[in-house]
Amino acid sequence: MADMRATKSQEEQWMVQNQVFRIYDLVYRLPPHAQSVNFELRRENHIEYLTKSLKQLGPSFSVLDANRPWLCYWIMHSIALLGDCVDDELENDTIDFLQRCQDPNGGYGGGPGQMPHLATTYAAINTLITVGGHRSLSSINRKKLYAFLLRMKDSSGGFRMHDGGEVDVRACYTAISVASVLNILDERLIQNVGDYIVSCQTYEGGIAGEPGSEAHGGYTFCGLAAMVLINEVNRLDLPGLINWLVFRQGVECGFQGRTNKLVDGCYSFWQGGVAAIVQRLHLMVNEQLGLPNTFKYDCKTESDDDSSNSDGESYSEGASSPLNDICEPIQEGQSNASPPTESNNIGYNFIKGPIGMRPIFNSMALQQYILLCSQEEAGFRDKPGKRRDHYHTCYVLSGLSVCHYSNTKEADSPPLPGHVMGPYSNLLEPVHPLYNIVLDRYHDAYKFFARS
Amino acid sequence: MIGEEEEEDARIPISQRPEWADVRPVPQDDGPNPVVPIAYTDEFSETMDYFRAVYLADERSPRALQLTKEAIFLNSGNYTVWQFRRLILEALNADLCAELNFVNQIARENSKNYQIWHHRRWVAEKLGSEVASKELEFTKEIFSQDAKNYHAWSHRQWVLQALGGWEDELAFCDELLEDDIFNNSAWNQRYFVVTRSPLLGGLDAMRDSEVAYAVKAILAKPENESPWRYLRGLYKNDIKSLVNDPRVASVCLDVLTDKRNLVHALNMLLDLLCNDYQPSNEMKDAVDGVAPESNPPGTNLVERVCSVLIMVDPIRANYWEWRKSTVCVQD
Repeated sequence: MADMRATKSQEEQWMVQNQVFRIYDLVYRLPPHAQSVNFELRRENHIEYLTKSLKQLGPSFSVLDANRPWLCYWIMHSIALLGDCVDDELENDTIDFLQRCQDPNGGYGGGPGQMPHLATTYAAINTLITVGGHRSLSSINRKKLYAFLLRMKDSSGGFRMHDGGEVDVRACYTAISVASVLNILDERLIQNVGDYIVSCQTYEGGIAGEPGSEAHGGYTFCGLAAMVLINEVNRLDLPGLINWLVFRQGVECGFQGRTNKLVDGCYSFWQGGVAAIVQRLHLMVNEQLGLPNTFKYDCKTESDDDSSNSDGESYSEGASSPLNDICEPIQEGQSNASPPTESNNIGYNFIKGPIGMRPIFNSMALQQYILLCSQEEAGFRDKPGKRRDHYHTCYVLSGLSVCHYSNTKEADSPPLPGHVMGPYSNLLEPVHPLYNIVLDRYHDAYKFFARS
Repeated sequence: MIGEEEEEDARIPISQRPEWADVRPVPQDDGPNPVVPIAYTDEFSETMDYFRAVYLADERSPRALQLTKEAIFLNSGNYTVWQFRRLILEALNADLCAELNFVNQIARENSKNYQIWHHRRWVAEKLGSEVASKELEFTKEIFSQDAKNYHAWSHRQWVLQALGGWEDELAFCDELLEDDIFNNSAWNQRYFVVTRSPLLGGLDAMRDSEVAYAVKAILAKPENESPWRYLRGLYKNDIKSLVNDPRVASVCLDVLTDKRNLVHALNMLLDLLCNDYQPSNEMKDAVDGVAPESNPPGTNLVERVCSVLIMVDPIRANYWEWRKSTVCVQD
C-alpha cells in the first residue's frame, strides 16, 4: 500500500530526530563530570568567535554585503547577551561605520552608499542602542528616520522594506519597533498597520508574512510584537496563537518554524520570544477566554520563597496588584485618539511589573537542545550537521536568555539555579522581548530618547 | 554578444573593457576602521565600484543594465542593485520576457532570497495575465526541489490573485498532498484555494467536502498535525458549527479508541469541550481508556483530558497545566 512508504517530510524528520536523540543519549550516558561539561556554555569561545568576526570577514561573506548592519547587530547583541562588550575603539568604529550606512534622507542601508532599508535600519538602531552612550545614540537622525518610515508606509497600512520594495509583516515590525524605541511612534505610522497584521494571522493560529501565506515563527514574532507596540494586540486570536505556538516545540526539544518542518535553533528566539511576550499578555488572554481579570497563572508557587524582590517591593496578588494598573490602560487604549507619547510608553510599561503567567513552553527542553545540539565549540548552529553562523548565534543566544528568565517574576530578577540548565554561570543577560535588546541597554536608550 | 560560458571562463576586468573607459569607479566609503569588513575578491570590489559609479550618476543605459546583472550574480541579495535594475529596465523599455529568463537562472541557484522573488513579481505584474501559467509552472519547478519554499508559495499565491490561473489549483494541492501528506505548505495552499478561489464558491460551498478530505487524512495518519489544523480552520470564527459537526467528534473518538497518536485528537476534543460539546458515554470511556491511572475519580471530563495530555505530551505539560487551570476557573 502506498500509505506505508514514508513521505519526504517524515524521512527528513526521522533523520534529524535520530541524530538529536543520539546526541542526548551519548551525553546522558557519560559519567557525571564529563556530562556536566557538555552543558556548559562555552562563553569565552563564543566571544572570541564574535569579536574576530567584527574585525574581519572572509570573501564568502560577500553574499551578506547588503546586510552589514545585521552582522553588527548579530555580533554586538550576542556579545551583550554574554555579559561582555567590545573595547571602546571597536565601539567607536561601529558607530562610525553605521554612520556611513545612514542615508542623508533617513534610515540605514545594508552598507555605505546603499539605499535605506527597514530591516537594516532596525539592525543598525538595535546595534547603536546595544553599544549605548551619548555618542552612539545621538548619531541617529530621528527626524530624517521618521520621514523615511513615513515614506515606507503603504496604502494597505503595512510598510514596504525600501523604495520600490516588498510589503510584509517583517517590514511592519521593523518600522514599528524602531519608531517605538526611538520615541517617534505616532498615529500616522500606526494607522491601519494593525489591519494588515490581523489579516496575516492564519487558520493555524500563527502569523504569516503576507495575507494567505503559511503561519511562520519569524513572522509570528514580528506580528505579535508589532501589535503589542501599537496597542492592538487584543485584535489577534491569542488562544489560537498560543496553541499553534506550543505545538512548534517538538520531540527534539527545540522549536520548528512551521508545522511539520524541521527543528531550527533560531526559532528558540522567534518562537521562544513569542512565548515570553504571551506571558505578559495574560490579562488580554483572560479577556479573550472569558476569564475573570483576577485569574492568574503566575510564577509564585515555586519561587516565592526565594524572594528575588531585591528592591524590597512586594506585591499583593489579585485585583489590586500594580500589574493591573499598568496593563489596563493598554487594554483599554484601543481608541484611535491615543496621543503619541502614550504609544511610546507601551514598550516600557510592557516590561515593568511582574510577569503574569508561568511559561507555556518547555524551557528546560529548549535549553537542552540549545546547549547540546545548537552549540558548537564556538558559535551556534541551526541543527547538528549544519555550520555555525552569526545569525544563528544571535537568535539561539536570545532564545537561551528567554529560557533563563521565563520563570522569573520580574523581567530582570535573577532566576533560580533550577531554571538555568547547566552551571549557573551559563546565565545570560535578560532581553526586552519586544525589541530583542539587552534590557539595561534598552533602559538607557529609553531614558535618552524620552527626554529628547 | 558574449555567451554565458565565455563570461565565466575569462572575465575581462571592467577597467580593461573599452566601453567603460569613460567611467571612474567609486570605491566603497568604508572609512578608515570599518567593522565587519569583508575581504572582497578583486572581481567583487571592481564590479561594485563601477556599479556605484553608474548608480550615483543615475545612468540608465544598456551597459549599466549589463553591469547590474554582473553585480547580481556576485550577490543576489543586494536590493539596491535590483531596484536600480528595475529603473533601468523601465527607462530602456527592455524586453521583460528576457528578464524573466534571467530571474529563472538566478532563482534556481538561490531560491531563498527576498529580492529575487520581489523582482519576479514586479516583472510578472508588468507582463500581465499572459504569463500566469508560466509563473505557476516556474514555482512548480521550485517545489520539485523544495516543496515548502516560503517565497515560492507567496509568489504562487500572488500570481493566482493578480494574474489568475485558479482552474487547476485544487488539483495541484491534491497532487502535492498525495505525494507528501505532511506538507503543511500544501495544506495552507489548499486553504487558500478553498477560501479564495473565485471558481469554487468559497468556504461555505466547500466546507462539507473539505471536512471529509481532512477526516480521511487524519484517519490515515493521526500524528499528522496539518489536517487537524486544517479541519479546525474550516470552522474558523464559527466554533459552534465545529462542535455541531458530528464528524469532528467522531474522528476524535476513532483516534482515541485506537489509543495511538492521541495528542491532536485530545487537543481537538479539549476545544470541543470548552465550547459546550456534550460528550457521549463512548467518548468519556475512550478518554478514561487511554490513561485510566491519570484520572482521579470525580473530576470532570475537561480536566481529565488535560490530565491525560499532561501525561502523554510532557513537552507541552506547562501548556496543558495552564489549560487545565483555565477550565477550572470557568466552571
